[in-house]
Amino acid sequence: MIHTKRLATPYIVWMVLFTVVPLGIVFYYAFTDSITGQFTLENIVRIQSYMPIFIKSIWLALISTLVCLIIGYPVAYYIAQCPPSRQRLLYLLVMLPMCISFLLRTMAWVSLLDDTGIINRFIQAMGMKPLPLIRNNGAVVLGMVYNYLPYMILPLYSVILKIDSRLIEAAQDLGCNSPQVFTKVIFPLSMPGVISGFTMVFVPAVSTFYISQKLGSSGTTLIGDVIESQFKAAYNPNLGAALSLILMVLVFICIGITRRVSGTEEVAMP
Amino acid sequence: MSKELIRLIDCSMAFDDEIVLDSINLSIKNEEFLTLLGPSGCGKTTTLRIIGGFLQATSGDVLFDGERINDVPPYQRKVNTVFQRYALFPHLDVYENVAFGLRLAKLPEQEIDDRVTEMLEIVSLKGFENRSISQLSGGQQQRVAIARALVNRPKVLLLDEPLGALDLRLRKDMQQELKRIQQTLGITFIYVTHDQEEALSMSDTVVVMDRGRIQQIGTPEDIYNEPENAFVADFIGESNILDGIMLEDYVVKFFGRKFRCLDSGFEPNEPVDVVVRPEDVEIVSPEEGQLTGTVTSVTFMGVHYDTIVDFHGFKWLIQTTEHHNVDEVIGIRLGPDDIHIMHRSEYSGMFGDYSSYSEEYDEMNDPDLYPEDLSDESSDLEEETAEEGSET
Amino acid sequence: MKTFQRSFTYLVLLFLYIPMLVLAVASFNAGTDPAVWKGFTLHNYSELFADGVLLPMLLNSVIIAVLSSLIATVLGTMACLGMHDMKPRLRNMYMTVTNIPMTNPDIVTGVSLALLFAFAGTLLKMKSVLGFTTLLIAHVTFSLPYIIMSVLPKLSQMDPDLQEAAMDLGCTPRQAFFKVVLHEIMPGVISGALMAFTMSLDDFVISYFVYGPKFVTLPVEIYNYTKKPLQPKIYALFTLLFMVILLVMIIMTVLEAKDEKQQSQRRIAFRGRRKRKEVEG
Repeated sequence: MIHTKRLATPYIVWMVLFTVVPLGIVFYYAFTDSITGQFTLENIVRIQSYMPIFIKSIWLALISTLVCLIIGYPVAYYIAQCPPSRQRLLYLLVMLPMCISFLLRTMAWVSLLDDTGIINRFIQAMGMKPLPLIRNNGAVVLGMVYNYLPYMILPLYSVILKIDSRLIEAAQDLGCNSPQVFTKVIFPLSMPGVISGFTMVFVPAVSTFYISQKLGSSGTTLIGDVIESQFKAAYNPNLGAALSLILMVLVFICIGITRRVSGTEEVAMP
Repeated sequence: MSKELIRLIDCSMAFDDEIVLDSINLSIKNEEFLTLLGPSGCGKTTTLRIIGGFLQATSGDVLFDGERINDVPPYQRKVNTVFQRYALFPHLDVYENVAFGLRLAKLPEQEIDDRVTEMLEIVSLKGFENRSISQLSGGQQQRVAIARALVNRPKVLLLDEPLGALDLRLRKDMQQELKRIQQTLGITFIYVTHDQEEALSMSDTVVVMDRGRIQQIGTPEDIYNEPENAFVADFIGESNILDGIMLEDYVVKFFGRKFRCLDSGFEPNEPVDVVVRPEDVEIVSPEEGQLTGTVTSVTFMGVHYDTIVDFHGFKWLIQTTEHHNVDEVIGIRLGPDDIHIMHRSEYSGMFGDYSSYSEEYDEMNDPDLYPEDLSDESSDLEEETAEEGSET
Repeated sequence: MKTFQRSFTYLVLLFLYIPMLVLAVASFNAGTDPAVWKGFTLHNYSELFADGVLLPMLLNSVIIAVLSSLIATVLGTMACLGMHDMKPRLRNMYMTVTNIPMTNPDIVTGVSLALLFAFAGTLLKMKSVLGFTTLLIAHVTFSLPYIIMSVLPKLSQMDPDLQEAAMDLGCTPRQAFFKVVLHEIMPGVISGALMAFTMSLDDFVISYFVYGPKFVTLPVEIYNYTKKPLQPKIYALFTLLFMVILLVMIIMTVLEAKDEKQQSQRRIAFRGRRKRKEVEG
């Protein structure tokens, strides 16, 4: 009512200081030489040599996201149709893994997939040769899907839940059979959830560094790994900043595309 | 006797570039039941909110008991409000809702209990103290809202279309109850509604508003019998509004005939708006009639027939208990007290013809009917009828 | 079709939980390799509690989580109150800024904050900037958008007349907030705060870039542990954390379901108590 707008000022000051300004600083470092501090485009130029890694990151992230969508949609759909008490329980079960250290859960997959891991020991006990289940692209995708699946299921679920049942009734009244109800009514209306889920999986997937470290090999180095090493190992924050900048641009493009496709500005919160 | 309690002096309200209230002057007396009546967007709720303190007038003064209160916030005014959607606090039960204002005033517990119990009895909600708000019906929530406001014994109660969500019979009962409460407690009620029947049945004073301006202030009878312009005549009840010329005092001419009437004080040969209420028209045989016309439609309404009759291309509404057939030619007679004369205004020509009941229907059928700039339209019509007048 | 969906869903859930089961089982394993079962033991758990490093880290994580979620909740709720009043254009600007940490990958947020702190360090002529404060700042920053997304919808859903009604009855704007508005938005505030708490406890990537040597959180420490072959007490830690979080979530869900019933029952009981006092007194 009266003068409440000012209540939001501390917040915006904080956000500008710790969100907008840092991005500006990334910008600054990206265009600065690490030794002399002068303006340079060299960092950007060096990015070219990392192009294959960028492409691999995007590719693996896309596959993971699609797999998440294919697996996650039926699950979300099923949960949305359950009676409320069962819904709550299932929602809980899906959300729980998200709250527990993803480092350890990824390590669990290492012990499952390793050459001397649980699965291979099982296979050997059956008399077959051990499979190379780890340190390849497949393992990385598996790790991504495993970690980010809940991020796809929950927004989908919350959007599907909100679909007005009267719309479904209207479609049936006008002559749609069950598959048609799905393709003509439910799926289009669930698009905001699909977009949301897509973004919430793709963005972390394309920028991860831990999953690729543990489940991948030197052949599956991803852009996250490179950035991390620039900051922690070989201390070249300028190159790291440049790489981060490109990553950010990539993410913005991705979000821009999904927004254009869906025509909506909203992000469905799980 | 009754003294003036609230006065609005030249109050205007503008939102960005839109003028919602245009220089309102209003005087509200102690212990009166005053209604602000008008279509949506006329400014009645804005006026109410200015009195309540939720809005500050862009210009003008609001006086309470002689003191200027423009800058006084709502929580310091001796005014309470009954909101349109009740605005009951969901996390409190009925008792705590009603007691809310008393608790803020830090009254002793016993007094709070006495007053809340008394008020719940007045609104016929005794025994409902522990109910949660969500368990109440619309009418019951309504009464909690009234109790919550009145228990603070304000000098003025503001009511913003409080009965809109109730069904017809309950609304009529609540209207009577509100009137009874107002008279028993002797509190000034300022009531906002778009329902003219409601306004006429409950009020001591009716203030008719349109487009941010007060069109007329008066008792219900005055407003009904002596509307001051075409808008008021059309908004209150049904009216046939015709163009006429006041030849001299008590004599008016329309449709080429002279009629005796009861109004005076107009210029000789002044173009005027003539109002004839549908229930005042007497139907006779074509030979006995002062005017003759053809029946174009008849609708049975229970109490009467709504009969649309075409006179020289202008459609009248006549309410009569006799049935007449479509295409029947009939005559009408009008006595002097059946005719009411009004000065012309910006509203002349906009209302009064019964080709349809509503503007929206006309618009639906002809999108060009009401172009954006209305001021041009009325001046065109004035020129037309002036020509007509000089011919006949 | 429905049965297919049902079995598929449970299959997926199985997929989600098997690795965690592996770890849980491994925590009771006498051997160090989860793939080789060497007998049941609680030895790993006793080692965990004896470990002087891990548990203090857990405490650090909890401290940061509590503090950061509290600060974020207050700041974020204030922001929502302000944003609720704004004209759409200004509010959209605020929302754009709010969306930045959510749409940015964690690594970019971490890196940008690290650079900010380094920059501040050179300005303030400090050698090592990173520590408790920088960690806290980072956690508050990534929690804030979640508070906003949780509280703002509740404010929009609230009957807009409620605040005015409170003021009409005598509340100052401040009183109106605490006596009426807060009750309405409380579910959003609580779920936002809990979300912030959970995200803070679990955060690795951002903390990894902004932490200082003197104050380390659990996820970062675990990362250091995972660089060498894993010791079984880590599995014990995981299993314990899992149990605790499971318990917390079950409690939350049960509370949510029972909340309504409790409230109305409480009211009737209280009123009854009052009446009895009147009769007696």
